[in-house]
Amino acid sequence: MASLPPIDLPSGATGEGAFDAPAADANRDVRFDYLLRLGDDSLILGQRLGEWCGHAPSVEVDLSLANMGLDLIGQATHFLNHAGAVEGRGRDGDALAFKRDVLDFRNCWLVEQPNGDFAQTMARQFLFSTWQEMLFQHLTGSKDETIAAVAAKAVKEVRYHAELSAEWVIRLGDGTDESRRRMADGLDWHWRFVPELFEMDAVATAAAECGIGANVSAFRDDYDARIRAVLAEATLEPPADQRPILGGRRGHHGEHLGHLIAVMQFLPRTYPDATW
Amino acid sequence: MVAVISMDALWEVLERVPDPEIPVVSVVDLGIVRDVRSDRVIITPTYTGCPATQVIERDIRDALDAAGFRDVGIETTLSPPWTTGWITESGKAKLKAYGIAPPTRGRAVECPQCGSLETEEISRFGSTPCKAQWRCRACLEPFDLFKCH
Repeated sequence: MASLPPIDLPSGATGEGAFDAPAADANRDVRFDYLLRLGDDSLILGQRLGEWCGHAPSVEVDLSLANMGLDLIGQATHFLNHAGAVEGRGRDGDALAFKRDVLDFRNCWLVEQPNGDFAQTMARQFLFSTWQEMLFQHLTGSKDETIAAVAAKAVKEVRYHAELSAEWVIRLGDGTDESRRRMADGLDWHWRFVPELFEMDAVATAAAECGIGANVSAFRDDYDARIRAVLAEATLEPPADQRPILGGRRGHHGEHLGHLIAVMQFLPRTYPDATW
Repeated sequence: MVAVISMDALWEVLERVPDPEIPVVSVVDLGIVRDVRSDRVIITPTYTGCPATQVIERDIRDALDAAGFRDVGIETTLSPPWTTGWITESGKAKLKAYGIAPPTRGRAVECPQCGSLETEEISRFGSTPCKAQWRCRACLEPFDLFKCH
């Protein structure tokens, strides 16, 4: 007689009996919050880049911005779906993206900044994607299997974003007087939001300690070196340090985010559960 | 009665499911189908944000249903991440015949129209996440390059 196939127990199950509930995830709250941070950064920047659709300086640039936005929305879908599953209250990625209000968003301030002109958009992308590439590289070793898998997949895409935006920083910085002024202004505007990317608050620390998240302080020096190398090639001086703006990770946001969310959530809120 | 499912029959069904964006190649040619078992088909998305991913899953579902494999499920896996190295040789040949230069792994990009190696990048992003825009300096025609990933 053939033997029965082995039983796949859900991870965390005690295996003591068929009706035992799986052991609760001791890090659930931290895991959920950390996933919101990852997902919201990608979602909000993806939405911002989508605003360029049909308005970019050339068709090639239009496609680049839309494609980067698409990559980011893809990351957000994975992170937020997983966040919903971790939370265990029946919310999926769509519910988290379209049915939360502004104070519940956990993205950093950098990604919610308005597009401004093309130089300002590229300055924001350069500062963010350089950081996100390093972050994802670290997260490929996350003990959360989904985070590790998404990071390993997305890091290849984010490398493109970082390269493309660095090329534009150089081209505009080392360009005409006007392009140079605009790029310098764009960098200057976003500079105060960079320290938040490296903030290790209670959730970030707990996530790093239990192996889910990354210790971002570990790559601060590498980040600064890479930013400065590109600025040097762009013949631009790094902007003067400014008072850092913090708090996005705890739901404190600028005026801009509410307007972005209003546009992003309009359709699903006006026509709930619409399908096509 | 227990139906015996032939793996070959499943593969044959999948080989006839075209990619929705590049219909000359199948989901098998592109390396999207990672494994086929008697109870499920395991697929992986190409790019994280590729909008074709959901369409591909639906198309595979429809094809399996039409062939009578209603009990065969579809499972999506992210790891290991998809790479252009998984595109089959016949897939690369079909891409080229369709006018899309296949991924080159660092070698010179050949114009799919005239075969010249005198080519240059116009933009790293093209009409879909997986393609870049290039042009040929010999025949002056623009073309898509399937990005090495």
